[in-house]
Amino acid sequence: MKKLILILLVFSHSVFAGTATPLAEDPALEARLKAMSQELRCLVCQNSTLADSDAPLAEDLRKEIRGQMRAGKTDAEITDYLVTRYGDFVRYRPPVNSNTALLWFGPFLLLLIGTFMMVRVLKKQAGDEAIEGEDA
Amino acid sequence: MNRTLKFLIPLALFLVAVGFLFKGLFLNPREVPSPLVGKPAPAFTAPILGEAGKNFNSKDMQGQVWLLNVWASWCAACRDEHPLLMQMAETKRIATYGLAYKDIDAEAQQVLVAMGNPYNKVITDADGKIGIDYGVYGVPETYLIDKQGIIRYKHIGPLTPDILLTKIVPLLKELGA
Amino acid sequence: MMPSIGELALILAFIFAIIQGTLPLVGVWKNKTTLMNLAVPTARAQSLLILISFAVLMYAFYANDFSVLYVASTSNSQLPLMYRLAAVWGGHEGSMLLWVAILSIWTIAVTMFANNLPDSFRIRLIAVMGLVSVGFLAFILFTSNPFDRLIPAALDGRDLNPLLQDPGMVFHPPVLYMGYVGFSVAFAFAIAALLDGTLDNAWARWTRPWTTVAWMFLTLGIAFGSKWAYYELGWGGWWFWDAVENASFMPWLVGTALIHSLAVTEKRGAFKVWTVLLSICAFSLSLLGTFLVRSGVLTSVHAFATDPSRGLFILLYLVIVIGGALLLFALRAPNVGLGEKFGVVSRESFLLANNVVLAAAAASVLLGTMYPLLIDALGGGKISVGPPYFDAVFVAIMAPGLFLMGLGPLAKWKKASIPEIGTRLKLAAVVSVVSALLVPSVMGKISLMAAVGVFMGVWIVSTTLILLQKRINTKQVAGASLMDNLKAIPLAFYGMLLAHLGVGVFVLGVTLVKGYESEQDLRMEVNDVAKIGDLEFTFKGSKKVQGPNYTSSQGTFIVSENAKKIAMLYPEKRFYPVQGATMTEADIEPGVLKDVYVSLGEPLEKGAWSVRIYIKPFVQWIWAGCIIMALGGLMALLDKRYRIANKNLGREFSRESNQETQEAF
Repeated sequence: MKKLILILLVFSHSVFAGTATPLAEDPALEARLKAMSQELRCLVCQNSTLADSDAPLAEDLRKEIRGQMRAGKTDAEITDYLVTRYGDFVRYRPPVNSNTALLWFGPFLLLLIGTFMMVRVLKKQAGDEAIEGEDA
Repeated sequence: MNRTLKFLIPLALFLVAVGFLFKGLFLNPREVPSPLVGKPAPAFTAPILGEAGKNFNSKDMQGQVWLLNVWASWCAACRDEHPLLMQMAETKRIATYGLAYKDIDAEAQQVLVAMGNPYNKVITDADGKIGIDYGVYGVPETYLIDKQGIIRYKHIGPLTPDILLTKIVPLLKELGA
Repeated sequence: MMPSIGELALILAFIFAIIQGTLPLVGVWKNKTTLMNLAVPTARAQSLLILISFAVLMYAFYANDFSVLYVASTSNSQLPLMYRLAAVWGGHEGSMLLWVAILSIWTIAVTMFANNLPDSFRIRLIAVMGLVSVGFLAFILFTSNPFDRLIPAALDGRDLNPLLQDPGMVFHPPVLYMGYVGFSVAFAFAIAALLDGTLDNAWARWTRPWTTVAWMFLTLGIAFGSKWAYYELGWGGWWFWDAVENASFMPWLVGTALIHSLAVTEKRGAFKVWTVLLSICAFSLSLLGTFLVRSGVLTSVHAFATDPSRGLFILLYLVIVIGGALLLFALRAPNVGLGEKFGVVSRESFLLANNVVLAAAAASVLLGTMYPLLIDALGGGKISVGPPYFDAVFVAIMAPGLFLMGLGPLAKWKKASIPEIGTRLKLAAVVSVVSALLVPSVMGKISLMAAVGVFMGVWIVSTTLILLQKRINTKQVAGASLMDNLKAIPLAFYGMLLAHLGVGVFVLGVTLVKGYESEQDLRMEVNDVAKIGDLEFTFKGSKKVQGPNYTSSQGTFIVSENAKKIAMLYPEKRFYPVQGATMTEADIEPGVLKDVYVSLGEPLEKGAWSVRIYIKPFVQWIWAGCIIMALGGLMALLDKRYRIANKNLGREFSRESNQETQEAF
């Protein structure tokens, strides 16, 4: 009997070429999960996103997120759910608040200061006398 | 003078950075503090290990200071803290409840038979749902919950005598337990 | 016996490095020739000794000498020879030894090729390199000795992390370190010049080729690492803004700024203070990277060896080297003059704008990398700064820089006119705007990011081509053929064109793969077919394969496009028993227009597998762009003006003979 099943299995494989099926029951939901979990940090292996981590906790959390998505929660609500449990650590995109103002605006401020200083230097460096351009 | 000061800016910035790097050497980047400390412990009802049909309700713990120790039979680091939990159990100083996180009942019971049972009760969390609510990310983890049901302290990793003496015991005194 | 020789060589190297870093400096100061003459021989002896000790360690890996603790913890007798040799830098101790070994290669190069410099300057340069070496050798000897013995010897080793068992491991670290450590030469040039008080055009001219070589290696090293992550990690990511990636990217950004500001300093004697500061910063950021990786201050995939005492040691070293350099800078820089004058709109001002952008970009990467530590140290808790932050902030800062890249090279030195540049670039602007509108609609999805990215990429490529065309026209000799005209253009100019072209190609690659990559997670039974666009994937089942030190399940996929077979792919799921690790080995069919990337997930029932298929359009352009950039560096390096400079020119260089090549850049 076992042999027969085996033969049937082998047979069925070689004859019927099927179409690959999406792994997820609901590909649209999976795409949303993927997009969202790409911005979330896995707590166990800390250097991969929730989307790419193979850790069991990451799997559980993805399951939880799927459940909440089916229940009609928005991405923001789900992120809040995770942040209340694990803190801002889970967000690869830090929230904009007084703690992170320097992080988000510092580089642009620096660019502005740099530009301002550059203009000053250029004015100082520029001579009054007529300067001829040199072709390159 | 002003001119010289300007050229000291890079050095000053560097020294500030060194200060942070120095401090950083003594911080553990893997330890993520829980945002739940100071907040009400998430309520849950779950089956009690070895007592078929009976459930544990976290609300019943109101008015008591207690420890929730998250562990599992598959967790090697949990074995490290087990003897300490046993010693604590002997003193009967504090009610300690175990949460068997993503564990198989029989295997969890086996460990308790082999190594002793330090817990007042062990609650099962087979699918890890309670773990998620408590923000568990690496077992063992231990939560200290006060009479009002507020989480007062969380320790990640195996408990050590040092943690017990410097963190948990003073808190117990403060909380009147 | 052998390991002791390695250790002894290291100790002797340490002693020689101390002599190299001190006595010649005293010699220059007191004007004692005997002491000055010690510089070159001690530098060479020190370097040779380090290379000997490196060879000894390599031999220990070759011979499976598990009486050496480091070998026992990073290698295994079953490990293929190629990986056994690469395992030399597979752990902390060996990576540090690789660091100093590469420093010795640079030191030897300096003693051989920098002999056209004035004596006092050359000796200070070599001494500074000796001081850099002293610190690292002390670090190795006192905290991370790779020759520590294991008694009794282990029967077998604990194996190299399977993630590192890849050809990428053979090339990526040495090439990357050649870049990292190479900036030590520019650093030493800067310190020697500050000590000497001779910051001038000649100094910039000497520094340039060294900086270019280091930059070239760093570019290649980063590209190798990115390519490796792409095929090894199994999900087709090529850059994650991980702390260690950032640690290599910051010196690259500053090094790129340095290359550009050196051009102005050489030509105009301007921005001297800024240029010298950049020289210090490029190497300082390389050192900071080493600290971040080695101390465990930041969690990272690369932080495979962490220890606070090591961290403390490196931090002390940073304070001495960087702090000392910046202090010297603060003392000497105020006396440096301004250099020649130039117009507000000129090649010089565009290069300065480039520097502002690159410095702000490097600062944003530094801030993002350090910020979690900053907040944690201030008691603000743990936060994460990841790709979404960098994608937003870094890209926003770089965008104006990419636009200026098209304008700058067309501006005349000293004084340029904006209307004139504008006229020249009309065509490039039209081509770029049309591409920005057209390409996204051809690719099937219109988005602002894609349009902006395509605009920038095409803008850089087209302005670069216009630059070449303009150059041919203006330098045309009557009656000369196109070929003659092309030959008349100096290599340095081609180098600049290539490097810029590379950036354009890179930007296009990044934009298109980010905007249009697709991914499918499928359940495939044997003979199942997956259709994705014009592509068809047929799964022909999986079989067990025995590797040298692993067992593997290997899947077979036939890929066809429009019913024509284009590739067979064999992705694997490997199990390495020594470390009990499972590794996903994706298989990729690379192409100019797209990569087809298949990786195996988990085995399911009845011989079926979960399979992940990625289509990555234009992803190869990312690394092609980097290679083109590096080739640009190589071209610039081969320019005859550096050879002339090396042969017979000292402090002064003849303006006439170099006029032509000087103008190139």
